[in-house]
Amino acid sequence: MEQHAELEAQVDRWRGYVQRRRAISTADVEELEDHLRGQVADLQATGLDDEESFLIAIKRLGNLDAVSREFAREHSERLWKQLALVPDGPDDTGSPSWRELAVVLGLAVGAGLAVKAGAAWITDENALARNVGVLVVPFVAAYFAWKRRLTVPVAAALVAALAAVAVVVNVYPFARGGSTEVLTVVHTPVVLWLLLGLAYVGGRWRSDRGRMDFARFTGELAIYLTLLALGGGVLIGLTFAVLAALGVDLEPVMEDWILPFAVPGALVVAAWLVEAKKNVVENIAPVLTRVFTPLTIVMLLAVLVVLLSSGGLADVDRDLLILMDAILVLVLCLLLYSISARDPLAPPGVFDALQLVLVVAALAVDAVMLTAMLTRIAELGSSPNRVAALGLNVLLLVHLVGSAWLTARFLRRQAGFATLERWQTRYLPVYAAWAAVVVVAFPPVFGFV
Amino acid sequence: MRIDKDLVAASATPLVLGILSDGEQYGYAILKRVGELSGGRMQWTDGMLYPLLHRLERVGYVSSSWSTSEAGRRRKHYALTPAGREALTDRQEQWTVVADALRQVWQQAQRPAGLVEGWA
Repeated sequence: MEQHAELEAQVDRWRGYVQRRRAISTADVEELEDHLRGQVADLQATGLDDEESFLIAIKRLGNLDAVSREFAREHSERLWKQLALVPDGPDDTGSPSWRELAVVLGLAVGAGLAVKAGAAWITDENALARNVGVLVVPFVAAYFAWKRRLTVPVAAALVAALAAVAVVVNVYPFARGGSTEVLTVVHTPVVLWLLLGLAYVGGRWRSDRGRMDFARFTGELAIYLTLLALGGGVLIGLTFAVLAALGVDLEPVMEDWILPFAVPGALVVAAWLVEAKKNVVENIAPVLTRVFTPLTIVMLLAVLVVLLSSGGLADVDRDLLILMDAILVLVLCLLLYSISARDPLAPPGVFDALQLVLVVAALAVDAVMLTAMLTRIAELGSSPNRVAALGLNVLLLVHLVGSAWLTARFLRRQAGFATLERWQTRYLPVYAAWAAVVVVAFPPVFGFV
Repeated sequence: MRIDKDLVAASATPLVLGILSDGEQYGYAILKRVGELSGGRMQWTDGMLYPLLHRLERVGYVSSSWSTSEAGRRRKHYALTPAGREALTDRQEQWTVVADALRQVWQQAQRPAGLVEGWA
């Protein structure tokens, strides 16, 4: 009996090993296992023991790489896993996919209607800009609330928070076109994104894994949105051209109906697509980070050289500072996505070293930026914009220093990769908290200018 | 005696179709039958049988169904389809021609060398 347990363990290990081959499906593994066991039983009948039988049976089954290649040749579609959005049978969660599709389409139309209604009621363009996020994000959040079956307290907290954001952006007496209004328009989406994250992780906001999943979701969502926008652009362009040739101008319909429905709808649909294909295709965001990390290092170094050689930092253009902030955010995204896709158990490699170079280069740029900003503030006094930019830069600096320190420790094998990963996921909410401060506290502090 | 890889590959399809013409079978039983028929001299890499069966299923020569074996495991059975039977007849004819030609060549090769020269 003891011996047979060992055989079972060996078969289990073999099965796990074969299952990792993408070209070999679960049913194929079952078929091969049936074969293997048949062979083992026959060999045992000739008087061999369990281990000998297993070894011979495995050997006869052939080199797994070669067999897997043969399966791949026959089933190439498996390597390029199919995205079956509406499977034939009900899925594991028990809710039929048609219902999910209906919910998604309903929410997409709802988001469009909300934007359309907002545009009709809110005549002031700036006020509409403040409200756009509040009009759209709840529909994406509602999808996840439905999908994750949020508990009533969590859902209530979410609704209350969304309502609070809506109240703040509408009740504050902003000076028309003032900087605090612009800051609010820019920072509200970040706060809303945090709330969406709360719905995404199903209320388990402390979970590091949940946060990392939400970060992955965000990256994939951006890519899906881009693809949908490209496809939609081609479609609209063709329609435009055809109708123009027939003497019909699509422009008014486009502005009044197509865009208000297409853009928010695309966001909801993209969220659903990312959710549906999560386990189907390899994530693309981490693949892109591999390509762009070395290129970004080159870019950062070039920027740094130009920045330092251009002399006086105090008269650095304001737009340049904003652009540099964008670059630093990009660097952090690269860092986050390569971390999100890395096997935490793999030993440090060349790419990790490259990542450290990236972070250090970004740190150098950030240090230059901070100096420039502090000089500006010292010379010209503080303004909402300058303080907001300074705050963001300090946050970025802390994030980068922490990442550099932990990556270096990881490279010298003094700390595990998990520490680095945890640092990222723990730090992310800080950005949203800062955005909330900018939205809620800045306007009253700076007198709504 | 080791049989050349290409020859094994070329004969695999007609062999499998022929074995299935006696009735439906599962993978391991097909391989055992190949062993018996060749007196154990035709050794396949066992794992390669399955991609072959799946290809035959895709082109419609065989159909498959799952059942439960006596040991309680799920087992996939393959059966010849009418299209497969046609393909088998076709292959049989091809192989008969090849085998016939080969037999004549072997017989020639056994004749005295002079006769062969006379041909040239």
